Amino acid sequence: MSANKIGFGLLINYEFCTGCHVCEIACKKELDLPVGQWGIKVLQDGPRKMANGKWEYNFLPMPTSLCDLCAERIKMGKKPTCVHHCQAGIMTYGPLEELVQKMTENPKTVLFAPR
Amino acid sequence: MSTKGNSVNIDVNPDVYKHDWQWKEGEYTVTRSTQWTGPGCHNGCGLLYYTKDDKLVKVEGDPYAPFNQGRLCMRCINLPEAVNHADRLKWPLKRIGERGENKWQRISWDEAYDLIVEKVKRIQKDFGPETIVGMEGTGRNICWQVPLLTYAGFGSPNFAMGFLSGDSCMVPRTSISFCVLGDLSVVDCSQFRDVRYDDPEWVVPETILVWGNNTIVSNPDGFFGHWIVDCMQRGSKLIVIDPQLTWLASRAEIWLQVRPGTDTAIAMAMMNVIIEEGLYDQDYVEKWCYGFEQLAERVKTMTPAKAAEISWVTKELIIEAARMFAQSKPGALQWGLATDMSVNGIPQAHALMCLNAICGNYETTGGNVMAREPWYMNLAYQVGYFDFLTEEMREKRIGDDVSPMHQFGTFSSTAQGDAILKAIESGKPYPIKMLWFQTTNPIANMGAEAPRVYDAIKSVDFVVVVDLFMTPTAVAAADLVLPAAMSCERNGLRTWWSPLRSSVQLTQYEECKSDETIVLELCNRLNPENCNWMDDIDLLNWRLEEGQAPVKDFTELVQKVHVWPDHHYRRHEKGLLRPDGEPGFNTPTGKIELYCTTLESFGNDPLPYYEEPPESPITTPELFKQYPLVLTTGHRSFEFFHSEHRQQKTMREFHPYPLVDIHPETAERYGISEGDWVWIENMRGRCRQKARLTATMDHRVINAEHGWWFPEEEGAEPSLFGVFNSNINNLTTQCVTGPTGYGAPYKNQICRIYKATEENSKVMPGEQVTRMGGFKYVRK
Repeated sequence: MSANKIGFGLLINYEFCTGCHVCEIACKKELDLPVGQWGIKVLQDGPRKMANGKWEYNFLPMPTSLCDLCAERIKMGKKPTCVHHCQAGIMTYGPLEELVQKMTENPKTVLFAPR
Repeated sequence: MSTKGNSVNIDVNPDVYKHDWQWKEGEYTVTRSTQWTGPGCHNGCGLLYYTKDDKLVKVEGDPYAPFNQGRLCMRCINLPEAVNHADRLKWPLKRIGERGENKWQRISWDEAYDLIVEKVKRIQKDFGPETIVGMEGTGRNICWQVPLLTYAGFGSPNFAMGFLSGDSCMVPRTSISFCVLGDLSVVDCSQFRDVRYDDPEWVVPETILVWGNNTIVSNPDGFFGHWIVDCMQRGSKLIVIDPQLTWLASRAEIWLQVRPGTDTAIAMAMMNVIIEEGLYDQDYVEKWCYGFEQLAERVKTMTPAKAAEISWVTKELIIEAARMFAQSKPGALQWGLATDMSVNGIPQAHALMCLNAICGNYETTGGNVMAREPWYMNLAYQVGYFDFLTEEMREKRIGDDVSPMHQFGTFSSTAQGDAILKAIESGKPYPIKMLWFQTTNPIANMGAEAPRVYDAIKSVDFVVVVDLFMTPTAVAAADLVLPAAMSCERNGLRTWWSPLRSSVQLTQYEECKSDETIVLELCNRLNPENCNWMDDIDLLNWRLEEGQAPVKDFTELVQKVHVWPDHHYRRHEKGLLRPDGEPGFNTPTGKIELYCTTLESFGNDPLPYYEEPPESPITTPELFKQYPLVLTTGHRSFEFFHSEHRQQKTMREFHPYPLVDIHPETAERYGISEGDWVWIENMRGRCRQKARLTATMDHRVINAEHGWWFPEEEGAEPSLFGVFNSNINNLTTQCVTGPTGYGAPYKNQICRIYKATEENSKVMPGEQVTRMGGFKYVRK
């Protein structure tokens, strides 16, 4: 059964994603991905100066179709490697219902349900 | 264990992650330990090493290491690629061709040691032990090992940090901190207690003033950079001073986009505002600060308007930042390498400490706390200096005459790299006959005038390099190259700061040896009457014993993984900072010395002052017409630490080329597009990097990367792995330091840029430096 059918996902608080690439490299190592392939990819918006003088500068880690939510690790009782190693601690793995609840508590979050 | 807010990882499955030091997980042995070697940074994060059949297969962050709480950066996650890299040095190599030809012969360790002992003894006899210089690169678990070998083995007082000009990494800040505060302080992210953010006594800093430091990338000096992000998630606001919009600056309430090298003017103007408007902590200043009246007089000379003119930051922003910081309780100050990398570095560090002190932020919870080694462990540059050298020999240390501040071992305890360079070039005060480089690659990295350092090291009679890979420095100058162990291949101790941590040997790669093992085996051969450690663990126990750490021996520490000392706040009120047990700070006056009596006794200005960089739009206006851009350098990237990691294919996938940040308007003016190779040039030389266009820079400033070489390119001269072609240190300068001998202008140079073409790339810098006598200019 694929991961999202049992209703699990990744909640990402992009207000505090620093773009440190740890999720990307941890995933590459976990899935043994070759050069040019990614299980999660950090997208970047900005830096861009806005009319109010503030800067828009955001990173957003996006699971690709290679993401299996670290099925092997989950089976062992571990967290997905991106979640375990995220330096800013902005990624949460869990049942979608719980994550939706968390979304209501935190602004600037996105919810992914890979596969 | 519950935690306040996000960003911790310790709610993990205890059936999987054990508190034991070692267990089995399927086919793997899992070991909790610490990463504290090259390649890697200054943090000493807790790791889980997964080994199988004497091989490192993978790593995970140790969730029960309160320091990093399971988190890791790119470099540690990719550690197996480094450890298992086919290009690693595997056994001792003796040069068989000319220097620069990259021709080597495998020899045994015994042959290598015999050769070193023979050379050292002859040099000691013919020229004196002081003509042997021991050098290390960025400090990890070689910080006391190389000094020990230099002092106890070679019998020389000349240990130095590569050819780092003005000792411009941490040492200036440390030295002046001991004068002004009696200690070195760090932002309090509750890192001194194992409960971390759950400590009921800890409060989150209201405002963190991040000064010239992109902590999330640089992982600065034993401070896990993302702790700042942890604090932000718990409510801390930021003020950021940086020439470039960093991610932290994008999240800051106020960002001051400073002209590189002019930070002191801003700090003084902020104090001017804080004092004029009565926003300083009057009670704290009265009780705990010395020389407030004199400081107030001094900062009157630096109005916000004047600082704005100097620094390119508007006076309104300076005033706003001053008010916000002074009104924050607690405020905290995070500083970084940029503070050291200016001839104004010592006064700048002094100014920043004064700013923080008059706001009452030292020794407060959520402010800045005085960081000390647990149980006064000594794992620093002085190990062996007083034990193994006579006073007469200590007096021969090169660079002690640069300034009185440099003479005092408690502050610096190293020979000065610039003075060593001059001694090699001039033979004065005496000739240098042997260089010992232990994991330092100065022509790729710390040597501020790389071509000049190249000429110097090639001229020395006998050169040994101990390293992880064959480096440009080794090919250029080494007679002998020795392979050093990494990470899980060695036993070691880690402090700086809490807790006391162990790293433990789990695997062996070919004939590599740990720095500890190399140092003790050589010491035993060179000076057996003083040095008779049996093995690396015996040597580590010697350190543990001196520090009186609460473990029986190294073996016990390995099993405990890390041990935490007590920590107290407001120690200055309780008499816990001074050896005499009196309240106050550990300075001559017992107070934080805004007016620094130690600097005064050394003949230096006792108060902070602003000085222009030696080359700048203001100092050298005629030159600036030719070189109309300010050049800043030395910033970090996630993938690399200084000149390391370039041979890892995964890192190069993320970051294949050296990058220079250029404002789009500036790029357009010079006809440069995104991704173009660009020549960066000034009076001393040139190098080329690829343009990254970003509006985060001031259009008058460019930001170039350091530490680049290309392990995939030809090692032999003229290429030397392409080390000079992209080397920003073709443009920086040696022997131009502050009056204390500390601080050098790595980060505040001038330059011009132009697009690289086939025509103007016919003679590459490698060819120029190694075959054509270098760039033509007068060396200072």
